[in-house]
Amino acid sequence: MSDAWQAAKLVIERDLRLAFRNRGQLLHPLLFFAIVTTLFPLALSPEPSRLRDVAPAVLWVGALLSSLLAIEFLFREDAQDGTLEQYALSGRSLTWLLFAKTVSHWLLAGLPLALMSPVAAYGLAVSPDAMPGIIGSVALGTIALSLLGAVSAGLTIGIKRGGALLSLLTLPLAVPLLIFGAQATARAIEGGNMAAPMYFLGAFAVLGITLAPLAAAAAVRISME
Amino acid sequence: MDWTWFHRFGSPPHLYGLAGKLTPWFAWPAALLILAGLYGGLALAPPDYQQGDGFRIIYVHAPSAWLSLMAYTWMAAAAAIGLVWRMKVAHAVAASCAPIGAWFTVAALCTGMLWGKPMWGTYWVWDPRLTAELVLLFLYLGYIGLRSAIEDPQRADRASAVLAIVGVVNVPIVRYSVEWWNSIHQAPSVMKFGKPSISWPMLTPLLIMFVGFTLLFVALMLVRARGEILRRERQSRWVSEVVAQ
Repeated sequence: MSDAWQAAKLVIERDLRLAFRNRGQLLHPLLFFAIVTTLFPLALSPEPSRLRDVAPAVLWVGALLSSLLAIEFLFREDAQDGTLEQYALSGRSLTWLLFAKTVSHWLLAGLPLALMSPVAAYGLAVSPDAMPGIIGSVALGTIALSLLGAVSAGLTIGIKRGGALLSLLTLPLAVPLLIFGAQATARAIEGGNMAAPMYFLGAFAVLGITLAPLAAAAAVRISME
Repeated sequence: MDWTWFHRFGSPPHLYGLAGKLTPWFAWPAALLILAGLYGGLALAPPDYQQGDGFRIIYVHAPSAWLSLMAYTWMAAAAAIGLVWRMKVAHAVAASCAPIGAWFTVAALCTGMLWGKPMWGTYWVWDPRLTAELVLLFLYLGYIGLRSAIEDPQRADRASAVLAIVGVVNVPIVRYSVEWWNSIHQAPSVMKFGKPSISWPMLTPLLIMFVGFTLLFVALMLVRARGEILRRERQSRWVSEVVAQ
């Protein structure tokens, strides 16, 4: 195994271990997602057909908002205790290390969200047949979302009360993900062919993997100056 | 190749002086062209056979929409130059583009809404191009917000430059994603291959307005950039000399 892979593996292992030692923080975004999706039937109506109509929108807006919560913690502690500076000084490509960090963030935030979305969807009267499609679309969409979040989190390191600013920076850029993600989920619920929106989500993920770590590394370097 | 002409742009006093000299060369033609375009558009052009006189708002709407995108491109280009060559004045130019671009975006949205009320029967519809324009406004506000949230001016310059460049990659994606909904917006009538679908008496004032607004944008940007440079260099001696004059 080459050095670069070894370094990435160490970063991911470290992040996962730290996250599991502090499980509460891991659960907060998921709880938030669960609560937001619970509020909709209460505010709208418990009628299944109406809930099913709004299910894709509820799932995706909830997923976007709860992953904003998770993104806030992406770099915060590592910036405070100097880990990010050590990464930057390590002689390894900061781009690569931040990519590894984003991977672990997706494993800790995006994937659990995808696995939880069927529960929320079931609460919104979606039939069980649609669940694999829903999991797939949320999992694929959150890849690009994590990468996008890494850039805006890098830009807002060290800003006091950066949470509102973080949403102002991230959400407009996440509009395409919302459109195609919700479309993919809607097709899954209708039982239609979801290939086209899934291809778009995949394309965004590839584009994000190619460009976002570069921008995130530049942002982190600037924030640490 | 001799690059000194390029590096001289990096000197704040040089650019301050140059911007001051250039401003009237853009501002006066802009004023004349906009007046001519308005007269041509509001008085000379015939009313539209379907929309009557309502179509005339296009003479303000279309150039504003065009500049809202162009200002963003300029901002990102200036930000990239500032990031790559570490040129302080380029960041000053980028910073001065943002509010102008944001206001052109607001102008495009407002004129579009005024036109939409009689034509579509409502001020706002979730039409792709309106939505894209609204997202563009949010991008401008995010850029301005990030800039004002970071206290250290150099860090603010560089961080917002990264954001502007990320935004420029994303703007076309946002634009084409929202195109996926069915559009009820007017199909583009000027930027079409082949023959434009509007007649020459209507088109000529519009083209004049496009040129006039672009010149207006450059003039506004030069004025703002001068102010921005003065504010940033307020500790230096040449500024106190300029102000004393």
